[in-house]
Amino acid sequence: MAATQNTSATASPKAPQGFVYLPLIAGWLVPGAGHFLLRKWGRGVLLTLSILGMFILGLAMQGKVYSDAHDILDILGYAGDLGSGLLYIVSRVLGLGAVQVQTTVADWGTRFIVVAGLLNIIAAVDAHNLKTGRKPL
Amino acid sequence: MFSPSHFTAVLLFALCASTVFGITMRETPRRMLRYGIYCFVLFVGSAIALSWIMYFIAR
Repeated sequence: MAATQNTSATASPKAPQGFVYLPLIAGWLVPGAGHFLLRKWGRGVLLTLSILGMFILGLAMQGKVYSDAHDILDILGYAGDLGSGLLYIVSRVLGLGAVQVQTTVADWGTRFIVVAGLLNIIAAVDAHNLKTGRKPL
Repeated sequence: MFSPSHFTAVLLFALCASTVFGITMRETPRRMLRYGIYCFVLFVGSAIALSWIMYFIAR
């Protein structure tokens, strides 16, 4: 009986309301949007600046935006690029980024773009954890 | 085309990555800041240390 009361007392106030995957999906599509949905304005702005800045720096360095995958390294790079969500789609549509890496700086730029996508996934999962209560708000 | 030096690229990379790490891996703002600075120092410090190691290997 006491155990039942404890369970209901702890579970009900922390139960997330609404669609719990919304911050995850929004955060993946637009960097920082998951935190903005949870009214974490400061964190959201810093995440947006960091991820967007890294992606833009990568493009400015003539980094490669992966469009297809021929070997295992290409597949990993492609998966990383997909983590950027709409940034990746927009850059593909507008034809931004290099098709082939030709300079050392362009190689660094390619890494910047891939890591921006990976960091965006971490940020989106963090927003999901905030929504579900796994991480305190 | 933006052509930073290798060290500038390291600093930019470390700044962006450690900001995201700090925010996502810790819970309070104070701990986020400390962890972000810790990651930044580790990124830059390890890049400098590895550079010196490679310099001596190449000689």
